[in-house]
Amino acid sequence: MPTKHLLKIEDLHHSFGSNQVLKGVSFSLNKGETKVIVGPSGTGKSTILNNIIRLVPPDQGKIYLEDTEITATKKINEVRQQIGFVFQDFGLFNHLTALGNIMVGLTKVKKMTKQAAAELALNELDRVGLKEFSDSYPSQLSGGQKQRVGIARALAMQPKLILFDEPTSSLDPELTGEVLKVMRNLAEDGMTMLVVTHEMGFARSVADELIFMEGGHIIEQGDPEQLFTEPVHQRTREFLFQLTDLYGEGGA
Amino acid sequence: MDNLDLIQQALPYLLEGTVVTIELTFWSLLIGIVIGLPLAFGQVYGNKALKFVIAIYERLARSIPLLVMLLLLNYGLPRLGLRIPVFRAAVIGIGLRSAAYQSQIYRGAIQSVGGSQLKAALSLGMSRFKAFFYIIAPQAIRIAIPPVANESAIVLKDTSLAFTIGVVELLRQGEYYIATSNKPMVIYLTVAFIYFVLTTLVNGGLSLFERKYQIPGIGIEGGHSDAY
Repeated sequence: MPTKHLLKIEDLHHSFGSNQVLKGVSFSLNKGETKVIVGPSGTGKSTILNNIIRLVPPDQGKIYLEDTEITATKKINEVRQQIGFVFQDFGLFNHLTALGNIMVGLTKVKKMTKQAAAELALNELDRVGLKEFSDSYPSQLSGGQKQRVGIARALAMQPKLILFDEPTSSLDPELTGEVLKVMRNLAEDGMTMLVVTHEMGFARSVADELIFMEGGHIIEQGDPEQLFTEPVHQRTREFLFQLTDLYGEGGA
Repeated sequence: MDNLDLIQQALPYLLEGTVVTIELTFWSLLIGIVIGLPLAFGQVYGNKALKFVIAIYERLARSIPLLVMLLLLNYGLPRLGLRIPVFRAAVIGIGLRSAAYQSQIYRGAIQSVGGSQLKAALSLGMSRFKAFFYIIAPQAIRIAIPPVANESAIVLKDTSLAFTIGVVELLRQGEYYIATSNKPMVIYLTVAFIYFVLTTLVNGGLSLFERKYQIPGIGIEGGHSDAY
């Protein structure tokens, strides 16, 4: 058990206008861990992810990436390079090919040569099973393929961890499997991941820890098997069973 | 005198006017870009006060008829002690109005690229400037080409209003020749044909540009998916 946390979140608060969505959330993530956050809509799950890379700076609380206090750093762009982000709506750049989407961060942010960037990008595309689609533009890809490009783009930056913000929520059910499979492989390869999702099957089988949130608080967190079979809180049980009924336990 | 002979005789004068029309169009569009782009940036990225001021400008510039604007510049301003040569007055009037329309085009193009791509660019560690330069702008330019072609054709045709304040452009040259030949039908038709050729060239040139840089999924002709 490493003593130092890769990511540490302390007492996070956030409001949108008068609507307080986070009311003091703390947790941490060790290297190689996959943690899954579940909970009803509007509970602030995605806000946590946006807070972490300061796309939306938190109102209160501290976030650390190793020794760097993200909430205080002046070099936020350097921190963002170290944290991958996978979006619900993919966020692919429509004027660039699949390969170009992955290369642009490498050449323009990491200052890699075009050749080295192309080589790395192609490797990452291969890793998500899309090598033959390197020249396709986003409009020519299916939702599942787009999201896999999004994951490859995050991976190519060689981040210390990747945040997934409901990565399969915009996808047809038959396309979620291919994305979850890629994520499962990443987790097995030792990538550190923080995932917001409604995919209970994925949460149960892949997560090292499950975090159940409601009303801006963490209600319960722990081993997913335990939360599914003998949760401490009645509310956890209700929510998990309800979602399992809705979405099933399938999905990778 | 045969109509063709008449056209042949008139043509050198009309082409002289055509050159002035092209100059008017060029400078007016340039003013439109130089003022319109910052206005668009102000509307997208500015604070509330700036947005409000720009909105008022645009409302004014789009509400005053161009002819009234030109008359104000040419006959109104000298009463305040400000006399502007007619060519410049025409360019300022047409340019200021075009700036209002062009800023709407650029604003729409920038905004249509979408917040999720900006978020994604920032998440990679790009600065806002880099995100705009490498992600937003290349798409916004492509999206703006068809409406800019449209606006260019409108400006080209509206330079004909400059004739009312005494700029000797294409239409005014036509008027001169009608005064001496008394053949309005033939001359006006010739003038109309020259405008037709000019607008066709403007639109053709820009659509050539559009096709050359076309990317599937961006702009009006995009959006086809051939993945399946």
